[in-house]
Amino acid sequence: MIVGRAWKYGDNVNTDVIFPGRYTYARMEPEEMAKHALEDLDPSFAREVRPGDVIVAGRNFGCGSSREQAATCLAAAGVGAVVAKGFARIFFRNAINSGLLVLEIPDAVDAIQSGDRVEIDTENGVLIHAGKRHPFPPLPDVVRQILAAGGLIPYLRDRLAKEG
Amino acid sequence: MGKTFAEKILAQKAGLAAVEPGQIVTVKPDLGMSHDNTAAIAKLFAKIGRKRVKEPEKLVVILDHVVPAASVDYAQNHKEIREFVREQGIRFYDVGRGVCHQVVVEEGLVGPGDLALGADSHTPTYGAVGAFSAGIGRSEMAAVWATGELWLKVPTTLRIELDGALPELVTAKDVILHVIGKLGADGALYRSVEFAGPLAERMTVSDRMVIANMAAEMGAKNAFFAPDETTLNYLAARTDRTFTPVLPDPDARYEQTIRFAVGGLEPQVACPPDVDHVVPVSEIAGKRVDQVVVGTCTNGRIEDLRLAAEVMAGHPVADGVRMLIVPASREVWLRAAEEGLLGLFAEAGALVLNPGCGPCLGAHEGVLAPGEACLATSNRNFRGRMGSPDAELYLGSPAVAAAAAVTGKITDPRRLVEEER
Repeated sequence: MIVGRAWKYGDNVNTDVIFPGRYTYARMEPEEMAKHALEDLDPSFAREVRPGDVIVAGRNFGCGSSREQAATCLAAAGVGAVVAKGFARIFFRNAINSGLLVLEIPDAVDAIQSGDRVEIDTENGVLIHAGKRHPFPPLPDVVRQILAAGGLIPYLRDRLAKEG
Repeated sequence: MGKTFAEKILAQKAGLAAVEPGQIVTVKPDLGMSHDNTAAIAKLFAKIGRKRVKEPEKLVVILDHVVPAASVDYAQNHKEIREFVREQGIRFYDVGRGVCHQVVVEEGLVGPGDLALGADSHTPTYGAVGAFSAGIGRSEMAAVWATGELWLKVPTTLRIELDGALPELVTAKDVILHVIGKLGADGALYRSVEFAGPLAERMTVSDRMVIANMAAEMGAKNAFFAPDETTLNYLAARTDRTFTPVLPDPDARYEQTIRFAVGGLEPQVACPPDVDHVVPVSEIAGKRVDQVVVGTCTNGRIEDLRLAAEVMAGHPVADGVRMLIVPASREVWLRAAEEGLLGLFAEAGALVLNPGCGPCLGAHEGVLAPGEACLATSNRNFRGRMGSPDAELYLGSPAVAAAAAVTGKITDPRRLVEEER
């Protein structure tokens, strides 16, 4: 169960504002990346985000670069999930591969405002906000397995270790 | 029922008789490409617990993003990459060879019937030569290194038919900006995009690269131009490999087919801060610029430099404007030098930089200060993309860029050329 406050943004939140290009090829650990999360969109975010908080956004969240740090920095900042009307495809993959839950629930996005309390029950596939239940479809098997392992790297490490 | 290009090639690479859109398949790519992010991928790879990459002959690493190294940190990054590729026996192009996507195509590393995955969002570029190519993340590239395979979802396919003869000084860049402006930054999200129609058939490989490259800016998973004589002639000069093209069936089922008649198209400009904020150049003409960039994987080829030089027609770069020329590869740089173009640019007051990504991603070589405006031939104009989040970035063709450089403001290049005549 994920419980947190909502941080709401608009459409086309791109990877350059999530994690600016000026840091992209600097060598950096996830904890350091977290300090730059959403830096060019909302400088208060990295300072004030709390574990479990949920980013709520419009269409095409994460468009632009393939930089995985855009997902890694949010996961490292403690973001519980990103709920959007839609995701750019590489960001969507990077998020899952970083163990960051990403959900497309358009009607919930319309209802939620910044600061609102949001609960996400991944077991039962439902987001709860202001007493209203917003169901979401189950994730594909491979995606659930990767998220359960904490990302693609630990998932593969376990799988390859079993294969020997 | 016939199959689209994406459905046919993903079935083939997954070893299945047929696949449907939405199906998740495990494919074995023919090429895995990474660049300055290779050291970071190597760290992830180490965490998987394998010592050696599975198929080094299928991998390529090209340093291009911050080249030559702009700081000790970047230099250390490059050093770690050089050590890694040497240990692992991976094909490697060091700083100065060019932008990764240009190098992959120039070296004939991909062609018709190939499946390429790249740890870079502009990997769809290789669809210009009939390959299926898609961008992936770092962890995913580490997975490809370790296992030689990756899961992909079979996309639905959008077919875009291009028709009409382009007016003089109107280019493939204007066509794709127009298309993105109409369809939106998520207009092709998750989808495979097949470009077809009489105009697509007449395009050069360079034109097709511009369009396939920028298909990423409308969310496409991959872009595709059916390989033809143009493609095969281009590749024959570059590789001894023989290719087995994969083509969509004539009765393929498309999710949508959209036709664009671009015969009367004006030069187009994408305005900040979104690539789909596109207007005809006449609507933004007069906007002052501080910097102009001609280059990148989108528009840094010899055809682009020739066009820019033609529009400049010996005029100097306007006072107060910095013009940066960034050839996309060493091959382009040498050709431009041979043709005297680099000298022309330098005489006009432009700064000719080394082959590479240049300032496109805002890391070095000409980033922007707050309040400055730039017109670039690159593919992204997001806030902060080329430096300060308070700078403005406009995107246009090399002709539009050249006209902006000599006039100091966004200008219809056709006006400039008419005045000259």
